[in-house]
Formats: sequence, structure tokens, C-alpha cells
Amino acid sequence: MNKPAESTNPFRETEAGARQRRLESRVRLALAGLTLLLILPLVAILVHLGVEAWPALRWSLLVESPRNGMRDGGLWPAFVGTLYLVGLSLVVATPVGVAAAVYLHEYARDSWVNRIIQMAVINLAGVPSIVHALFGLGAFVYGARLGYSVLAASLTLAVMTLPVIITSTRESLAAVPASFREACWNVGATRWQTLRAVVLPNALPGILTGVILQVSRAAGETAPILFTGAVFFKSVTPGDLFAYRLDEQCMALAMHLYTLSTQVPGVRPALPAATAVVLLGVVLLVNAAAILVRSRTRSHRRW
Amino acid sequence: MKPRSLLPSRWRSRWIRCSETLIEAWIRISGFSSVFLVLAILFFIFREAFPVLSRPGFSLTEFLGSVEWYPTSAQRVRYGALGLLVGTASVTGVSLLISVPAGLGAAIFLSEFCTGRTRETLKVVIELLAAIPSVVWGFIGLTVMSQVLRWATPAAVGVNLLNGALILSLMSLPVIVSLTEDALRSVPDAHREAAEALGATRWQLTWRVLLPGARHGILAAVLLGTGRAVGETMAVLMATGNAVNLPTSLLDPVRTLTANIAAELGEAPAGSEHYRVLFLTGVLLFGITLVINLLAEWLVRGGRKGR
Repeated sequence: MNKPAESTNPFRETEAGARQRRLESRVRLALAGLTLLLILPLVAILVHLGVEAWPALRWSLLVESPRNGMRDGGLWPAFVGTLYLVGLSLVVATPVGVAAAVYLHEYARDSWVNRIIQMAVINLAGVPSIVHALFGLGAFVYGARLGYSVLAASLTLAVMTLPVIITSTRESLAAVPASFREACWNVGATRWQTLRAVVLPNALPGILTGVILQVSRAAGETAPILFTGAVFFKSVTPGDLFAYRLDEQCMALAMHLYTLSTQVPGVRPALPAATAVVLLGVVLLVNAAAILVRSRTRSHRRW
Repeated sequence: MKPRSLLPSRWRSRWIRCSETLIEAWIRISGFSSVFLVLAILFFIFREAFPVLSRPGFSLTEFLGSVEWYPTSAQRVRYGALGLLVGTASVTGVSLLISVPAGLGAAIFLSEFCTGRTRETLKVVIELLAAIPSVVWGFIGLTVMSQVLRWATPAAVGVNLLNGALILSLMSLPVIVSLTEDALRSVPDAHREAAEALGATRWQLTWRVLLPGARHGILAAVLLGTGRAVGETMAVLMATGNAVNLPTSLLDPVRTLTANIAAELGEAPAGSEHYRVLFLTGVLLFGITLVINLLAEWLVRGGRKGR
């Protein structure tokens, strides 16, 4: 009598509602499983690589030259070569990429010009890396007569990584509020003055992120440098930072991993694994830096 | 206090105007750099490939219709790229069978079913997954995955179609996940709120509202994942076994267009017929990815316009 009947409780779960809830939890579980499926192999592979590489991971690996037909010794020439390639491609791609993004976002008014450039950027990003290699061979090695050289390889890398810089710079420019620009124009500044004083400083962290991602991409690429300037082996003084000239070929970490694992017979398995771990370490560290820059600016943003 | 300059003010203003003009010219020129570069890529690979089309021993129908790829044969050199095309198509197709369901599932989970710290962590992991260089993936295929496959399947060699497809699916997953997530996020909040107000559960909301609303973006994500898989070079070079043939099972070795260029360009003397045919396969690759990318761009644009 004083207990309410079950059927009158308005919050009681209906049959259909319970079915929905069960379906919902099952779907959630399945989706979480799919996501785990994505991450678990990665973790397993990384752990396996680490274990495999452990016997060869010594400090001497970084600072020595390869010896005994690359079966022993370290990675120094490849490491310096990667620094050269990445640094040079950065020097070429950053000014062009940032300026291109500024044009795209701040200058281009005609929508069809904008659209054509946009499409070109997307396609440039989508061109396969081996086609970039063909382009580098045809344009820089033979066309511009640079020969197989550090210069030709880094120019090829610069072309390939340009879209990375353009896209991220453009996004960070878009994140600067239009009212900032208008305020600056209203006190009589020209377009370039506005850019230099207001827009670029505010967009700097985003631009930096793009540049860092470019570094990571350039450091890991193999195909574009395979036929433009990377070489299997080159003897340099261990510890020498200025080991290469721009008109000669160089070694590179990514290329070295490819060579070690497919072209050199009788390598103990720890050595290529250790090379992979070093390359992976470089790339992931650089990416972590990009993530850090981004999350810091997100929490420090003043608008 | 007035700001002082070393130059008289008339000169100073002229200097400012001059440098500004120069900088703006640089910005304008750079603005068209990507257009210029795409055309330059097209020009240079065509320039190297074109002379072969008029060579007497070369026929385009053989190039596109034959599986006989013997570029260095002593008796009769044959350039039939069909085997390479089929290789690319089969590896890409099998990898999509894995990466599309997994990628969509992960993207839905990321954007609709988890929040806060889990979400941020997962996004970082996916970003790092995208950063792993292709040569490292190739190395993984060559060593880890091939051992797994030899243990799990009756395959005699571990480097084959399935290995390449598994590696490729792991590589294109981050692209598919992040772009699909963007597409789901771009469905207007009003649609979301309307569904929730009607009492829809998360899953009903996803299935009936978000997926149909984001279908253009999702298709574009799948296409861009396909583009990435088609263009991937080092990973497939090291993981697929590199034998030119028409695969009849998942455990057959294959060779893709990209891997073929990477494997043979080093041995083809510059200007030779073989060298030019390799550039021709480059033109083919460029064409395929161009179509895929334009299609994806058109879909994204169409999706935005339809709203």
C-alpha cells in the first residue's frame, strides 16, 4: 500500500532502454578493443626491437665509424650525414614554406588562386616519396648538374617536406584572431608591419611545431635520398662534426638501416636493431618536442 | 624622447618601403612555390620518361597489359608493368581491408566514447605512430613480422603480400584515424544536440547522425590512407618479397610499382631504356596518387558545401 507499484516509478528502466544500454556497452567495448588492437602491436614491436638491440646499444655505437665491412663499429658518419641533410633541407624549406603560408593566408584574396595553391599543396604532400626521388634525380642531380651530393639530396628532401611547413604555419596563422590584425591596421601599420609585429610573433609556436615536424619527417626518409646523395659507406673521422662537403655524397641513418638489413650479409641481428632504435629515438624525441611546444602554447594562450 | 635613427628620415622611410617591397615580393613568389613545384615534378619525370615512348622496341600496350618484366634479359628485353600494378593494387587492397575498419573504430572511440586524459594520451600515441619512419616499418616487416608469419601461417618465406599489407595497414592507420576524427568533429553541434535531446544513446547518435553526416570526410580519409599506401616505398620494398608475379594467395611474394623503382633505379644507367621505363612507372604512380588526392579534396569540399 505505501510502497509504490513498480509500474508507476517513472525512473524505472524500460525493456527497450535496457537493451539499448547493453548494446551501448558492447559497442564501447568493441571499439576500445579495436583501439587497443592498434596500439598493442606497436608496443610489442617496440619492446621487441629494444630487447633485440640491447647488446649493441653502447655509447661507442654513436661515436665510432663502421668497421669490418659495416659488421662492427658505430654510426657516427650516418648520424652526421643525417644532421647535414636535415639541417640543409630545413634552411631551404623554412623560408619558402613560411612565406608560402603567409601568402596563402594573409595575401591571396582571389578564391580561385587560393584554391589552386591549396590543391598544389595537397598534391605535393601526396606525391609518393619515390617519385620525389625521381624528380630529385632528374632535376637536381642531372638537370642542375649537382651530381650525387649532399646538396641534391637535401634539396629533394626540402621539396618533399615543404607541405608540412606550409600546412602547420597556415593553421597557426588562422588561429591568430582577425581583430588583432584589424587593430594594427587601424593605427596605420602596413600589411608587412602588421605581420611582423603582431601576426608572426603570435603564430610563432605553431610555425615552430611545423618546422620540428619537418625535421622528423626529413630525418626518417630513405627513398628520396637513395638515388640523390646517400651512399652505402663513407669513411670519416669519428667525432668530426664537419665531415662532409656539400658536393660529395654522405651516409644517413635511415639509409644505413636499409643497407644493414638488406645488403650486408652476416651482420649480427643486434646491429640493425640498434640502428633502428637510434633512428626511432631521434624521430620520436623530435616529435615529442613538437607536442611539448604545442601543449605549452595551448596553456599559455592569452586570448 | 623621439626614436633616433642613423639615417636621415627621408632615407629611412625609403629604405623601409624598399625592404617591404622586397619582402612582399618574396612572399608572393613563395606563395606559388607549391604550384611551381608540382609542375616541375611533372615536367622532370616526363622529360626523362618521354623518349622511351618512341623507341621501336617499346609498346605502351605491352607496358600496361603484360606481366613479363625482364628489363635486363639477354635475349629479349620486356617491360610489362601489369604485375607491378597488380602488386600495388593487391597490397593496398588487403591493407585497406584491415586499416579501414580498425581506423574507423578507433576514430569513433576517440571522438565519441572517451574523454579527457585517455583521449589526449591516445591522440599522442597515434601521432607518434604516424612519425615512425617507413624504413623502420620495413625493418620490422623484415625481421619481426616475417617471423610471426612463418610461425602462424604455412608460408615458406615470411616476406610476402600479407606481411606488406599488415605493415602498410599499420602505417596508414594514423592517417585514417586522425582524418576521420576531424570529419566526425566537424559535424555541427546542433545535429549532435538534436539527437541527444531526442534521447539517442551514444551509439545511435554515432550510427544515425555522425557517420552519415561525416561520410564525405570519412571517404576522403580512406582515400588519403589509400594514397599513402600506394606511395609507400621502403616498407613494401623490404616486406613484400619483391618477386614480380600475379599473386594467387595472400602468402605469395609480390612487387609494387614503388618498390620496383627503388630496387632497380640504382642499376639502370642514366638515359638507358630501362632508366626511362622506370621514370614511366613514376609517371604512372604520380597519376594514380594525383587522382586519389584530387578526389579526396573534391569530396571534402563537396561535404563542406553541402552543409
